[in-house]
Amino acid sequence: MTAIPADDAVLSDSPKTRGVFAGPLSAFAENKLAVVGLGIVVAFILFCYVGPLVYHTDQVHIDLSQATLPPSGTHPLGTNEVGYDQLGRLMAGGQSSLEVGVAAALLATVFGTLWGAIAGYAGGFIDSAMMRIVDALLAVPALFLLLFLASIARPTIGLLILVIAFISWLGPARLVRGQALTLRTRDYVTSVRLMGGGPLRAILRHIAPNAIGTVVVNATFQVADAILLVATLSFLGLGIPPPAANWGDMLSNGINYTYDGYWWLIYPPGLAIVLVVVAFNLIGDALRDSFEVRLQKR
Amino acid sequence: MSPIVTLDDVHTDIALRNGTAHPVSGVSLTVGKGESLGIVGESGCGKTMTALSIIRLLPPGGRVISGSITLGDTDLATVDEAGMRKLRGNRIGMIFQDPMTSLNPCMTIGDQVSETVLLHRDVTRAQARERAAEVLDLVGLPRAKERLDSYPHLLSGGMRQRVVIAMALACEPELLIADEPTTALDATIQKQILELIDELRDRLGMAVILVTHDLGVIAGYTDRVAVMYAGKIVETSSTQELFANPRHPYTEALFRALPENVDADRRLYAIPGLPPDLSDPPLGCRFAARCAYATEQCRAQEPALTGNGHPFACFHPLTTKQQATPNPHTPLAVAEETAPLLVVRNLVRTFPVTSNGVLQRKIGTVSAVADVSFTVHTGETFGLVGESGCGKSTIGRLLVAADTPTSGSITFDGTEISGKSHRALRRHRRDFQLMFQDPYASLDPRMRVRAILREPLAIQHRGSAVEQENAVAKLLDEVGLAGAALDKYPHEFSGGQRQRIGLARALALRPKLIVADEPVSALDVSVQAQILNLMRDLQREHQLTYVFISHDLSVVRYLSTTIGVMYLGKLVEIGPAEQVYTSPAHPYTQGLIDTIPLADPEREQRKDNAGVRGELPSAMNPPSGCRFRTRCPLATEKCAAEEPPMRQFSDQAHQAACHYPLQQIH
Repeated sequence: MTAIPADDAVLSDSPKTRGVFAGPLSAFAENKLAVVGLGIVVAFILFCYVGPLVYHTDQVHIDLSQATLPPSGTHPLGTNEVGYDQLGRLMAGGQSSLEVGVAAALLATVFGTLWGAIAGYAGGFIDSAMMRIVDALLAVPALFLLLFLASIARPTIGLLILVIAFISWLGPARLVRGQALTLRTRDYVTSVRLMGGGPLRAILRHIAPNAIGTVVVNATFQVADAILLVATLSFLGLGIPPPAANWGDMLSNGINYTYDGYWWLIYPPGLAIVLVVVAFNLIGDALRDSFEVRLQKR
Repeated sequence: MSPIVTLDDVHTDIALRNGTAHPVSGVSLTVGKGESLGIVGESGCGKTMTALSIIRLLPPGGRVISGSITLGDTDLATVDEAGMRKLRGNRIGMIFQDPMTSLNPCMTIGDQVSETVLLHRDVTRAQARERAAEVLDLVGLPRAKERLDSYPHLLSGGMRQRVVIAMALACEPELLIADEPTTALDATIQKQILELIDELRDRLGMAVILVTHDLGVIAGYTDRVAVMYAGKIVETSSTQELFANPRHPYTEALFRALPENVDADRRLYAIPGLPPDLSDPPLGCRFAARCAYATEQCRAQEPALTGNGHPFACFHPLTTKQQATPNPHTPLAVAEETAPLLVVRNLVRTFPVTSNGVLQRKIGTVSAVADVSFTVHTGETFGLVGESGCGKSTIGRLLVAADTPTSGSITFDGTEISGKSHRALRRHRRDFQLMFQDPYASLDPRMRVRAILREPLAIQHRGSAVEQENAVAKLLDEVGLAGAALDKYPHEFSGGQRQRIGLARALALRPKLIVADEPVSALDVSVQAQILNLMRDLQREHQLTYVFISHDLSVVRYLSTTIGVMYLGKLVEIGPAEQVYTSPAHPYTQGLIDTIPLADPEREQRKDNAGVRGELPSAMNPPSGCRFRTRCPLATEKCAAEEPPMRQFSDQAHQAACHYPLQQIH
């Protein structure tokens, strides 16, 4: 009885040591829908960036003699109202849509996360001041902001990214602030303080990693949202000016021809948007599960 | 006595993501009219699942696969789901553990109680309401009629549990199932609730199944006991007989793990290991792996539950002689006459209460700690005990400088630590550490054990990476965990193992003082014994000083050299552990001792003293004079007018603050 009772019988089978991401990755791979989502995104990236190298089209010169041709051997998806090849345009449009979507989401997430984490961890007056700014910006209708911008600026891809990020960083900021508020009162964050550790360690080692699941998931939803916002902006005329293209533009132009039966102007870009949005959402869902270490099987 | 409920060879399965768990495998029991049956065992032994099988409220994937359950003359296997709905709350009442979550916060208590009546009886709303008032009155809710329109949040924990009991009893069920009905409550409230259930059983002639892990509760409030282990009943008999003469080694082990029966200089008996995984139960006797008497036969063959009157399932039942084996001695950490390590003087902590509006107007203060002074010497264990809300955890936080006192001083090893900045305290922090109550919440879920244990060393820059690595391995060994644990996450451990990791982390910086805030209250008795033994061993090895905070007086008595009793922010009694426990001077201490349920049916059922009645007053407006006077049987006008000073009761620093003490003033 002098020995400390062996409570560790269950631990005697030694587990294989695995890398930090081995767990999340295998959990991710187990989720079949997530793999499908990832496949769709990869396929679209190949389609938009490698596609034009194989399938050459003229997306600069208008050719009205070729306008609104239905799908055929030379134009697999037909041509649009000014004679651009629809398939080639889908590729070119995809490039700017994906770029704007991913870049804006990334920017919004990083900025929003930092903002929220600082506010949540600092608490008190700083928190109140920072969050009131967020509330104030949320109170401005996005549509109003967009119309205003559309009337004063000529849109470029860079501006588009900034505008969308400006509209969408508020969500992650609130989300992370809420997380940080609860995380900072956790016993394990308290214990860092009791060991003599400072706020930087608490934020970087404990609060951020424990909030990362939410942040990453939210980021994927942000990508989907950003792509849809580009479409909205294009519809309002703040889209990228021709001859550059994006899926939102293509869709909103195509809608003018609904009654002419030019289905090839509507379905392809519409389907592309829906597919990419769904794919990113699927990935987000799976990431949420895979970042939850407690759900991992061993 | 006609049986109200009969279980015959019931097997229950729960389909899991990977495999099937068999939490109930072959349980047979009967409960007669007016009888109370206790089901006892460690957590994860199928006690709750047995109860839920009767009322058919098993978790998703759960199903009774064979055996029969009979309620009165109804075979429950023939009853469909709609039929079960008619039975639940009507013929079977159920009380769950946590009164916070079993009441709907959006409904008034009157509506919640009358809902049950409306569902099962053909009555009007007004009649149902009348019945609700009647039942609430029955369960001892003061001014029940006026409180029908109160919402649950307006009631205290004990009162809420009374409402839950009222809901269960509204239709006068034949069978009442109480699943750990008092585990979430304070000992003083626990006694009141258990007495209430007992009294109602007599009055209404119900059969009661009381599921609990607490042998003390079993001893005082049941007629018969079934001891469950790994989904099976291993021993069952009348309560008197079982406590006097346990035959199964598991039952005996549970008794021996209790700190209340063990002298302070003896080790607690800890059952090694954990209950088996119920999705893959072992061959033979399920307890064999943890049993001190197990032989080859036990591992190969399964013993049947046999015997008349007192059946048990064991090949090597205990004889009376074996039962008397005392626990081995453990040398006490000797507290030499050393310089005081920790001196607390006139400590006060108040929390402002602010209104919810934008301006956060201050509308009052909560007096959490009011003028507390004590001294802790090196190598000593100072036990701090009291009901929840008495300020003992606040003191714990103040001692490790997790919080700043409103006034007063804390001197640690000659240095004043209260009111210093985080930066100034950085160096001192390695000398005092906190051990948390909930080991799960105090370990970062995303960190492996290796990183968790290295963190304090890294923060305090102790040694090189290699040295830190070695230190971590040594720590793990000291707390009795295998090296394989290093690469695991906290969620992969059991509660006891997690608390070992928590202890290892607290030890990492080789502190002089460890403040342990309820370190064992979330653990089973058998695991609690492991942790208490371990804490003792480490204390001796490292000359540690503990401040041990707990609501459980028997645990505090076992581990401490000095006990401080707190009531509503005040230290009301302090003195050497044995003296405070055996001859308390303050009525509150006496009351606390009386409320501890003893695992001894004769003493427990003979106890006629009331314990502490009523509930803790609000710390926002503490009573004038002696704060305990509102619940004290001896209180007079003097107690309201004058605050009693601390007075000496022996030459050994036994002090208490009471005008009418129970002991002679020294």
